[in-house]
Amino acid sequence: MPSVEASHSEANEGEGLGVLRSVVQQLRNNRLGVLGVALVIFVVASALFAPLIITHDPIRIMVGPRLAAPSLDFLLGTDQLGRDTFSRTIMGGRIPLLVAFASLGSALAVGLLLGLIAGIGPRWLDNLLLLVFDTKRSIPSIIFALAMIALLGPSLATLIFVIAIGSVPIYGRVVRTQTRALRNSEYIAAERSMGASTTRIVAVHVAPNVIGPLLILVSMDIPAVIAVEAGLSFLGMGVRPPTPDWGVILNDGYASINQSPWPVIAGGIPIVLATLGFTFLGEALRDIFDPKLRKDL
Amino acid sequence: MRRDHLTSHTSARPVLEIRDLNLDFGTPRGRIHALRDVSLDVPAAKVIGIVGESGSGKSTLAYTVMGLLPENADVSTGSILFEGKDLLKLPALARRRLLGDRLSMIFQDPMTALNPVRTVESQMIDIQHHEQGSRSEKLARALDMLQRVGIPDPQTRIGAYPHHFSGGMRQRVCIAMALLVKPALLIADEPTTALDATLEVQIIHLLKDLQKEIGCSVLFVSHHLGAVAELCDRVVVMYAGEVVEEGTVRDIFHNPAHPYTRALLECDPGRIRQKTRTLPTIPGEIPSLLGSKKGCIFRARCPQAFNRCVQESPIEYRMGLDQVARCHLLDKKRLVSA
Amino acid sequence: MWFYFLKRIVLAVAIIMIAVTLLFFMIHAVPGDPAAILLGPRATPEMKAQLYEQMGLDKPLVVQIAIFFGGLLQGDLGYDVFSQRPVADIVFEQLPYTIELILVSISWAVAVAVPLGCYSAMRRNSVVNQVAGVLTIATIAIPSFVMAVYALLIFAVILRWLPAIGAGDGFWEGSIHLILPAFAIGIGWVGYISRLVRASMLEILGENHIRMARSFGISEWHIVAHYALPLAILPTVTILGVGIASLLSSAVFIEVVFARPGIGALIVDAVNTRNYPIVMGTVLVTSFLVVVATTLSDLVAAALDPRTRENL
Repeated sequence: MPSVEASHSEANEGEGLGVLRSVVQQLRNNRLGVLGVALVIFVVASALFAPLIITHDPIRIMVGPRLAAPSLDFLLGTDQLGRDTFSRTIMGGRIPLLVAFASLGSALAVGLLLGLIAGIGPRWLDNLLLLVFDTKRSIPSIIFALAMIALLGPSLATLIFVIAIGSVPIYGRVVRTQTRALRNSEYIAAERSMGASTTRIVAVHVAPNVIGPLLILVSMDIPAVIAVEAGLSFLGMGVRPPTPDWGVILNDGYASINQSPWPVIAGGIPIVLATLGFTFLGEALRDIFDPKLRKDL
Repeated sequence: MRRDHLTSHTSARPVLEIRDLNLDFGTPRGRIHALRDVSLDVPAAKVIGIVGESGSGKSTLAYTVMGLLPENADVSTGSILFEGKDLLKLPALARRRLLGDRLSMIFQDPMTALNPVRTVESQMIDIQHHEQGSRSEKLARALDMLQRVGIPDPQTRIGAYPHHFSGGMRQRVCIAMALLVKPALLIADEPTTALDATLEVQIIHLLKDLQKEIGCSVLFVSHHLGAVAELCDRVVVMYAGEVVEEGTVRDIFHNPAHPYTRALLECDPGRIRQKTRTLPTIPGEIPSLLGSKKGCIFRARCPQAFNRCVQESPIEYRMGLDQVARCHLLDKKRLVSA
Repeated sequence: MWFYFLKRIVLAVAIIMIAVTLLFFMIHAVPGDPAAILLGPRATPEMKAQLYEQMGLDKPLVVQIAIFFGGLLQGDLGYDVFSQRPVADIVFEQLPYTIELILVSISWAVAVAVPLGCYSAMRRNSVVNQVAGVLTIATIAIPSFVMAVYALLIFAVILRWLPAIGAGDGFWEGSIHLILPAFAIGIGWVGYISRLVRASMLEILGENHIRMARSFGISEWHIVAHYALPLAILPTVTILGVGIASLLSSAVFIEVVFARPGIGALIVDAVNTRNYPIVMGTVLVTSFLVVVATTLSDLVAAALDPRTRENL
C-alpha cells in the first residue's frame, strides 16, 4: 500500500497564541464541539452572574403559589414550597460547578504528584501505589462516597473531598504509565548521562509531557463529577437545604412528582444541559489534541 | 457453464488487461496521483512480475485489481478487463463473486494474514463458499492442498490456530488457500518479503511448481529481482505510479532500456559482481505524487536527464519484438535533433 | 493457568485487606470515641460497652484489624446497631435484588449495543450513523438518576403504563417492575458499549486478516460476525468486569428513585441513620463483588482469545 500518511509532521506553530488559534479553528469545524462550547458558556455564565439573572429570591418560600406551571413570572414554575424554580436553578449551578473545579483541581494536583512518585520512585513504592489505586477503584465510587459522608457528615467540603479522592487513582495511573514510558525513552537516558538530576528531568521533561493527556482526562471528567455531585445532593448527602443545588432541586421535584410534573422537569434540565455541554466539549478537545487517547471506566 | 464460455476466450486474449488506469488517493494534503496511465496484460498461464521501489504503486495496482483499496482511493479513468469483463464497471456483488473463485491473492505478511481466532480448518472451509459440496468434501480438498504446499501432518495441523504455525508455514497455508479456489489469476503481493532468504527460495519454488500444475496466471509483485527472475515470464517495471518499462525476463535483465531499470538492477545485491563495502543505491527519492506533473517522472534522479525530459512526458518506445520503455533516450531521431 | 488465577486471587485478597485497613484508619482518624462514631448518636452506654467488647476497641488498632479479619474469615461482618442482627445476613438479604437489577440492565444493554456497534462500524459514513453517534454521547453523558426520574415521570406518572415503585412479587410482577429501572441504568451502557464495539471493530476491520478474508469474497456480514467480532468484543468483556463498580453506583440511585430494595437503598438508609456496621459491610461486599467480577472478566477475555487461552 502506498504511504498516504503525512511523512513530515505539521509545521510547529510555536507561539501559544498560534496554537490557541488553531484549536479554536478546529473546534469551529466540530459541530458538536461548537454546541458544547455554547452550552458550557451558557451554564457557567448563568452560574457566575446568577445574582443578576434571578427573578426571585431562590430561598424565600411562597413567593408564588405552590407547584405552579411555568409562566412569565415564574419561568420554570414553582416548587412545593412556592419557591421560584428558575431562580433556584440558576443559583443551583454554583455549587456543582464549584465542586467540579475544586475537586478536579485538587485531584489533578494529587494525582500528578502520586503518579510521578510511582513512575520515578523505587519499584516497591510503585507497586504499593498501584495497589492503593486499584483498591480505590474496586470500591464503587458512590458507595465509597456515601461511606465517607457517613463518617465525615454531609457538607460542601466533604463533597469536594470525596469526589477528589475518586478521581486521583485514574490520574495517578495515567501519569505513572506515561512517566514510566518516558523514563525508559532515549532522550531521558541521554539527559541522565549528561548528569541531569531526577528533579530536573521531572520538571523539564516528564511533567510537561504528562500534563497534556491529563488535562484532557480532567476535562472529560467534568460531566461525571457534576453528575456525582448532583446525585449525592439528590440523595440528600450533599449541601443542606435550603441552599439551591441542582441535585436538591431535582429531589424536591421528585418528592412532588405525583402532584405536578413541572418541578421535576425543570430540576433535571440544568443537569442534562451541563453534562451534555461539558461532554461535547471534552470529546471535541480529545479529538483535536489526542484522538488515540481512550478513557477507560 | 460460465467457465466453458470463458475458456474459449482465455486462450486467445489475456486473462487480465489493464488499460490507461489512473488512480488517486484523497488525502488532507491533496490528491495523490498513485497510478498514472498504467497499462499491462497478463496472458493466460503466464507469470508476470511487477518490480519497483516501495511507493512505486505496484501493490496499489494489485489491490486495485482485487478491489481491496482503502476508501480514500478513487479510480479516475481506465479499465481493468478480467476475462473480458471490466471489473471497474461490475456491480459490487458481481465483483465480489469473482473473488475467491476466479481471482485470489497472497499477501505480504503471513504473520497477520490469517485470522487469529479461527482455526486454519474453518478459514479454509470458509473460503470455499463458492463451491458446492459438503463440509467433509471441502475439508478433504483443504487437507489435500495443505499436503501439496508441504505442511507436514495436515490432518492434525489443520485444527490448529494460525499462531501455532511459523511464518514460513503460515505463508504455505496462505498459498494453499489462494490456490485451493483454483483461480484463473493469482495475485501475489510480495509474498516472500517478510520471510528469510532460505524460506524465500522454498516459497518461490513452491509457487512455481503449483502454478505449472494448476495452470493459472500469476501477477507477482516484488521488489526482489532475484525472485522475479526465477519465477516470471515477463516483467513490468514501475516507478512513481508509472510503468516505465516492460518486457520478457530475459530482455529486462540482460538488456534494460530505461535508466531506472538499469539503476534498479545495479542495486540488486544478488547481481553485484565485484566486492564492495557499501551497497549501491539510487540517489534521491521517489518524487511527491501530489497532483500531476509535466515531463519525465524519473528525471530528478536520472543520470542522463536532458532538456526534453523536463518539458515532455516520454511515450512508449518499442524495442525489439517484445520490449517497451518510456524514455526519451530511446527516441533516436529526436535525440539527434535536440 | 493456575498461576495466573492464583496471582489474581492474591491481588484480590490484598485489595480487600487494604480497603478494610483504610476504612479502619478513617474511622479512627475522625476525632471522638470510635464506639460513639460507629454506633451513632442513638447509642446507649450498654451498646457502647458491648461494641468495645466485640471489636476490641480498647486494644491497639492492629489488634482491632486482626479481630475484624478473624471475623471476616468466618463470614462475620459485625452486628447491626439497631436490630442486633448480623450485618452479613442483612447485606446478603438485599444483595440479590441489586444483582438482579444490574444483570438485567447490563444484559439488555449488551444485547442492543453489540449489534449497534457492529452496524455503525460497517456503515460509518451514513447520516443515520452520525445522528446515532450524537445520541450515543448524549446517553452516556446524562446521569442515570436523571434518566430514572424522567422515565418515572413519563411512563409511571403521566402515562401510567408501568409501576413506579417497589420490586413486585413473583416473576411477572417483578419483571414489570424491572423495566424502568433497568432502562435507566442500561441506556448509558448502550451508548458506551456500542461506541467501544464500534471503535474496536473499526480497528479490527482494518487489519490484514480481514483484507485476506475479503480477498476471498466472503460476505461482509460473515466477516464481521465470525472474523472481526470475536476480536472486537474482547475490550468490552474486560470493561464489563470493571464496569460492575459503576453499575453498583448507579444501582444506589435507581433503587432510591424507584423505592426498590437492594444494596444501594440499604447503604443510603444506613448513612442516614449513621449505622456504620451496615455501611462498612456494604462497602466490603460490593468491593468484593467488583474484585471478583474484574478477575472473572479478565479470565473470560483470556479464554475467548485462542492466543491467550493456552497460557491461562
